Amino acid sequence: MNKYEAVIGLEVHVELDTDAKIFCPSSTVFGARHNAQVCPVCLGLPGTLPVLNRKVVEYGIRVALALDCSLARFSKFDRKNYFYPDLPKNYQISQFDLPLAYEGRLDYETDDGARHRCGVVRVHMEEDAGKLIHRAGAANAPPYSLVDYNRTGVPLLEIVSAPDIRSAEEARAYLNELKTVIQYTGVSDCKMEEGSLRCDANVSVRPRGEEILGTKAEIKNLNSFRAVQRALEYEIDRQIGRLEAGQRIVQETRSWDEEKAVTVSMRSKEEAHDYRYFPEPDLVPLVISPSWVEDVRRALPELPQTKRERYLKEFRLPPHDIRVLTASPGLARYFEEGVRLFPEPKAVANWVLGDLSRLLNAAQVKIEDCRVRPADLCDLLRLIGDGTVSGKIAKAVLEEMFTSGKEARTVIAEKGLVQITDAGALKEVVDEVIAGHPDTVQDYRNGKTRALGFLVGQVMKSTGGRANPSLVNDLLKERLG
Amino acid sequence: MLARLDLSEEEIGLYTAQLAKILEYAAVLNQPDTSEVPPTAHVLPLQNVFREDLVGEHLAPEDVLANAPEKEEGYFKVPRVF
Amino acid sequence: MEGGGFKPVRFYDLTAHRLRELLLRREISAVELCRSVLNRIDEVEGRVKAYITLDREGALRQAAAVDRQLQNGRELPPLAGIPFAIKDNMCLRGLPATCSSRILRNWVPPYDATVVEKLKDQQAVILGKTNLDEFAMGSSTEHSAFFTTRNPWDPKRVPGGSSGGSAAAVAAGTAVCALGSDTGGSIRQPASFCGVVGMKPTYGLVSRYGLVAFASSLDQVGPLTRDVTDCALVLNAICGHDHRDSTSVPKEVPDFTSFLVDDVKGMRIGLPREYFPPGLDDGVRRVVMEAVSVLETLGAHVEETSLPHTGYALPVYYLIAPAEASSNLARYDGVRYGYRAPGSEDVLEMFRASRSRGFGAEVKRRIMLGTYALSAGYYDAYYLKALKVRTLIRRDFDEAFEKFDALLSPTAPETAFAIGAKTEDPIRMYLSDIFTLAANLAGLPGVSVPAGLVAGLPIGVQFIGKPFAEGTLLRMGFAFEQSTGHHRHRPPDTPGGDGS
Ligand SMILES: [Zn+2]
Repeated sequence: MNKYEAVIGLEVHVELDTDAKIFCPSSTVFGARHNAQVCPVCLGLPGTLPVLNRKVVEYGIRVALALDCSLARFSKFDRKNYFYPDLPKNYQISQFDLPLAYEGRLDYETDDGARHRCGVVRVHMEEDAGKLIHRAGAANAPPYSLVDYNRTGVPLLEIVSAPDIRSAEEARAYLNELKTVIQYTGVSDCKMEEGSLRCDANVSVRPRGEEILGTKAEIKNLNSFRAVQRALEYEIDRQIGRLEAGQRIVQETRSWDEEKAVTVSMRSKEEAHDYRYFPEPDLVPLVISPSWVEDVRRALPELPQTKRERYLKEFRLPPHDIRVLTASPGLARYFEEGVRLFPEPKAVANWVLGDLSRLLNAAQVKIEDCRVRPADLCDLLRLIGDGTVSGKIAKAVLEEMFTSGKEARTVIAEKGLVQITDAGALKEVVDEVIAGHPDTVQDYRNGKTRALGFLVGQVMKSTGGRANPSLVNDLLKERLG
Repeated sequence: MLARLDLSEEEIGLYTAQLAKILEYAAVLNQPDTSEVPPTAHVLPLQNVFREDLVGEHLAPEDVLANAPEKEEGYFKVPRVF
Repeated sequence: MEGGGFKPVRFYDLTAHRLRELLLRREISAVELCRSVLNRIDEVEGRVKAYITLDREGALRQAAAVDRQLQNGRELPPLAGIPFAIKDNMCLRGLPATCSSRILRNWVPPYDATVVEKLKDQQAVILGKTNLDEFAMGSSTEHSAFFTTRNPWDPKRVPGGSSGGSAAAVAAGTAVCALGSDTGGSIRQPASFCGVVGMKPTYGLVSRYGLVAFASSLDQVGPLTRDVTDCALVLNAICGHDHRDSTSVPKEVPDFTSFLVDDVKGMRIGLPREYFPPGLDDGVRRVVMEAVSVLETLGAHVEETSLPHTGYALPVYYLIAPAEASSNLARYDGVRYGYRAPGSEDVLEMFRASRSRGFGAEVKRRIMLGTYALSAGYYDAYYLKALKVRTLIRRDFDEAFEKFDALLSPTAPETAFAIGAKTEDPIRMYLSDIFTLAANLAGLPGVSVPAGLVAGLPIGVQFIGKPFAEGTLLRMGFAFEQSTGHHRHRPPDTPGGDGS
């Protein structure tokens, strides 16, 4: 492994979260009935013409700025010609020689804490294609395919990285950071499982220290972060294996087979498409003025790296907490709102990263849809602070708040979970416990101080955990002399 | 074949000859000096033509598939894809 | 001659503006007018063959609606009740739009082209869809997959093309006005061959939404009419910004009828010498030179000029148009609409079989040429080079228009040619557009106006103007036709007969 190094570049496609498609007024909502969200334009009917959705450009500029790209003053669209049944016009409107933005960078961190920088070669806009469903034919009938054009014309940004990535793990980390940055810009939810984030990888290997790039393979069908990492690990090993065995690498497109955990050849370079790009005559050029760029820049939210640095300075949280809190804009927003209402960052962070995250994960709920709003969580934290509930009871209260959507106070009142801090009310229980455990009492009196803990536990148990533990402690000591 | 056309031997012969003739004719374009000339892809001085991000009407389902040569369950149906 | 004499009035043969007067004065109803044209269709369509689809019921229904409005004393748009024909490469909801291709034979668009919508707003009576060369690729309608339209002046001759069906219908009295489309001369050349007025507007003046694309950067919809006044009326109706076409110009448009003044005194007209080559047909030359003297008599200054890059227009056109077409026509693959070849095992085979059997020879020839011009390794030498020379052609016009208000030339190098005369040799056929296609490359407006007969066949002269100077062209055309009356020539009464 050490003898070789991998050279990896990623081509990432992000579906933009506009209401309408890139060149027509059809809806982009995911999950509608097939072929229900099409109009004459995105169905490619003869005579129809595209008109560019302004928001797509704005979203593109946002991402370009977040990736430190230079924006083109003059940009245009081109036709990429190839035949495929999911492509209604048999050409895709894309951008070829004058993309929206170019020459950016993305800094990211691998799990070992090492910092990396990857160049961004270009960012361009294009339209998505439809979806194919493959069916086995009935008894004697041949197999066939069905086409759904709902996704046709959904706006995509293609983000092409420089070949700066050197390992499968770096590739996964780059992709993860790219996803976070894009989520922060608010232009896409970047869900790989729904296809709103897609990734192809170009990978080659070369002897370490060698300057010249090896022959690359393009890996497709990478449907999860895990797939990206595993496929690249496999492919790097495969290529090294071939070099070691004195075989040459063929320039080709390979597909990741998740089940078999291998990459398989799809087509070689000789069969590669000639896309016959030419300027899209149905669209006019795009001129992006500096003032437009500035408007978008001003409206750009705080980006993950800036946020992380601020958390460290303002909140003094451990780096791991910061990484998790800033991993998605929703979580960070939640946390910041919490800290605003309850200015104890560490306590808020612990509850958000601990119990709340556990509940969210278990119920598969997004933080944005969480019924416990930051204000509700902070109420609970205040009730812990003033002794109304113990920290332990608070966990149960939070769970109830999470499922029922009720406020902390309501849950506590309804379930009678208020902490018992009245010595008078506890005396009776303390006396009962002492009476019920004569042996333990004897042990304590004989100097086994640990026996006291057992007795405290018994009192807590009889009060359903509501007794204030330190008060119980004091009362027991007092009674046992 | 990029154009996705199947041609008979006869057609290939005819077209090859005709295309050669047309391209030979096109060779006159090498006469003018165009080293400093920008290409004209559009004759219009237009730029930045946009639509707003508003959802409009979709085609009625019966219209979507009305012209489909073959359909199934609301999908367009095609022979096996490769 | 309009109306007069002992014969009953042939309403189908009148102009739209004259018919409007009759409609408003209630001397004729819209239904009577529509029936008059439908009867004329019954009489001559079998020989002219201008239409692919007729919608008699729809036409009569619309005519009846106009009559109700008239009875109610409503104010009506200028083209209300006027019988129209639409070239069959424009979409009209519910009627087939075949583009004269087997591949679209059964395609019924679920939407209206913007120009069709605008004619419907005018309450025009749409009679049907007219024949063309397949996907508008041709100059004679001989490349129609269905049949060849006959020239109403001589059924052994072509009507020109590709809007041959529309031009023939207007000439034969089977439509009062028609829409055509013009990518390299497809309105103006058939107008010249059939003795009618045909205008290609400035690129961007009329929406292309719903016009089935041939070459997107060159295509433009325009009127075919019996005189220049009708041309202005139809242009008024169909022009204007359309938010569904990015290349539609957001510009205030004038009332084009305001340019119909019979006065060209002091106007400057250039005669580009490249449009009068030594081998030009004598009859054609004579007709154009007569037009020059008419215009001079009317007070215009006519002067020779030069468009030095004219010789390159044809090869530039035959690289750019097929390149765009090869991409525009890729969508006809048998998946969503149109012809699908049966029995294919996989989808690639289905694509190839459907396209090979669905497209005709000329379309395939241009798809191959365009595919070649765009392919890796040839793009710079052919396509990019053509775009650069296109710039030189535009610059020629820019320079000329510093001195002139318009340029005058023959519309076509000859009168209507015989059916079959050019089908064997594509380049000879392509030369038919030699005087018209530069205006498309430069995006300029051009109009062909009847200028007389040569050996019994009509011939037009072409005025080319600055961008959006349709008004100037209409003014010149109007003054010319008022002083000559050439537009009043009608084909011999019975096509195939001995003439009037
Ligand atoms: Zn749509």
